[in-house]
Amino acid sequence: MTTTLDQESRSRRRSAPDRRHDTGVGLPWLLWIPAALAFALIVFPVLGLLIKADWARMPELLLSDAALDALRLSLLTAAISTALCIVLGGPLAVVLARGRLRGLRMLRSVVLLPLVLPPVVGGLALLFLLGRTGLVGRGLDLAFGITVPFTTAAVVLAQTFVAMPFLVVSLEGALRTAGRRYEAVAATLGASPALAFRRITVPLVLPGLASGAVLAFARCLGEFGATIAFAGSLQGTTRTLPLLVYLERETDVDAAVALSLLLVVVAVVVIAVGRPRTVEGLR
Amino acid sequence: MSPGGPGTPGTGSGLDAAISLQRPGFGLDVELAAAPGEVLAVLGPNGAGKSTLLGVLAGLLRPDAGHVRVGDTVITDTAAGVHVPAHRRGVGLLAQQALLFPHLTAVGNVAFGPRAAGVPRREAERRARELLAEVDVAALADRRPAQMSGGQQQRVALARALAPGPGLLLLDEPLAALDVDATPAMRSLLRRMIRDAKQTAVLVTHSALDALVLADRVVVLTGGRVVEHGPTREVLTRPRSPFTARIAGLDLVPGTACAEGLRTDDGTVVSGRSDSATAPGDRAVAVFPPSAVAVYAEPPHGSPRNLLPVRLAAIEPRGDVVRLRAGAVDGGPDWVEGLAADVTPAAVADLGAEPGSALWFVVKATEVGIHAAGS
Repeated sequence: MTTTLDQESRSRRRSAPDRRHDTGVGLPWLLWIPAALAFALIVFPVLGLLIKADWARMPELLLSDAALDALRLSLLTAAISTALCIVLGGPLAVVLARGRLRGLRMLRSVVLLPLVLPPVVGGLALLFLLGRTGLVGRGLDLAFGITVPFTTAAVVLAQTFVAMPFLVVSLEGALRTAGRRYEAVAATLGASPALAFRRITVPLVLPGLASGAVLAFARCLGEFGATIAFAGSLQGTTRTLPLLVYLERETDVDAAVALSLLLVVVAVVVIAVGRPRTVEGLR
Repeated sequence: MSPGGPGTPGTGSGLDAAISLQRPGFGLDVELAAAPGEVLAVLGPNGAGKSTLLGVLAGLLRPDAGHVRVGDTVITDTAAGVHVPAHRRGVGLLAQQALLFPHLTAVGNVAFGPRAAGVPRREAERRARELLAEVDVAALADRRPAQMSGGQQQRVALARALAPGPGLLLLDEPLAALDVDATPAMRSLLRRMIRDAKQTAVLVTHSALDALVLADRVVVLTGGRVVEHGPTREVLTRPRSPFTARIAGLDLVPGTACAEGLRTDDGTVVSGRSDSATAPGDRAVAVFPPSAVAVYAEPPHGSPRNLLPVRLAAIEPRGDVVRLRAGAVDGGPDWVEGLAADVTPAAVADLGAEPGSALWFVVKATEVGIHAAGS
């Protein structure tokens, strides 16, 4: 993936307009003011965090049991959720991009729902479905004695719910860009649809899949609303980093700031690794 | 998959097809046949149904009615409900764009077909390297498509299309997207790998020259129907539809390639430049545009030129120029019949030419291309 991105950025640099000579058609100067404000709105709060941070206590704050538990849980659940997104969302993206059923367009807008739905509403919906008295939850409880809410599994489900669209949208875009031409060529060379999918389609969309997975992972790490509604906040079981930040905010602001910075660092890493075109074309 | 490896003579099977497909505002209704080892060119203006035809043969489109047989195998028969999917047809495709798989090397691309057929990796790669050598890009075997020129990619694509040993190969304007510089070499290569190797093929093209060099027979498609068909040279020298006349607007002289150019069957030598694929002794055609023909009332003297005695058969105004059609002089060669010369109206007035006049058609050797052209 990195090589593809490198090549891409190199070619983009090559085709970039010559700044010294290319004056273009100009920009209305009025746009600069709201643009600067928008940028400030994004950057200043993060700078504020950096200023507010108590750097002397930082190691102690980040290495507390609660913090380490939360970090471990966050990374673990985000990884599992991302894997689930790939395993379930990948095929969904293929069906959306390549399927010929009627009504697929409708289906696509439903898939986007978690993007626009308040996460806490998603969490409640999951709770009503899988809670002990819920539609499916009652059955699970009676038949297998399984209770989902307020377990680590609930965290994973909540994160998968909110992160799925990121993977599906970016992978579907990659599939549409790759088009069907290579698959048609593979067929004329004697490759069955399954073989063409494995040896041609998947490698072609790997960059799109990777960037989708990075986005989904980032979304999982930041998940708050659906998690707290569906999984609660139990240390070591369901209290992920964002939940811990919210909790510490009441008692120890320095700890909240330190943990927030940790999340900022993770976010920056994610953007640096996986900021491909799919982010730009997402919404 | 047909028996026999790639490159072995006579890998092709015969083609027999009758296809009818109706879309809103468009209908395709054609019958086609090609003998084993024969190359059939399909000429036609845009929207004539050429792509639809290839889609049906490749199995990417399902016709409303008709059948397609390759060799003894029925791959489409609407009456019997047969529609063999594209990957089990043994029908290969070389398109305008090479469409090499960007994540595979040249070897990986060419080995893909044999691998799909279950050939072990080592064996498939060995065959792929052989084929790459045959299309003269052995040195690029381990490169990815992004590191090759368009012409090189198209060569690899040809090797890839041939690798599974297709019973029928579809060529969809295989030269149209190439640089002018890369086209002649690729045309010669196609001739060697397809026509000389007796690979049954259907070639869709806009170019009379491609058809002439590569195809045994031609069908001309217009509005989804066959309007002309026959041996390539016959169709192109005696065009009966306006479309064929327009694309074929070239002068052709059949004969045998020789050191100076081409020797006609009556022994006249037409000087010209041979392309690299044409060796003395090959059946060939001399090709030149009517605009390169100068017309004189008396035989001129001077630089080495081809001097053809003709009797003026017809005068056809064509926009800014006037096309003079040649007929044979008494006792002269008959192959000059139908040759055209484009001259200015003033020149016609100077010549005082009228149908029946004896004239000399003069063509510089540098304007004459000699192309091997079988049959």
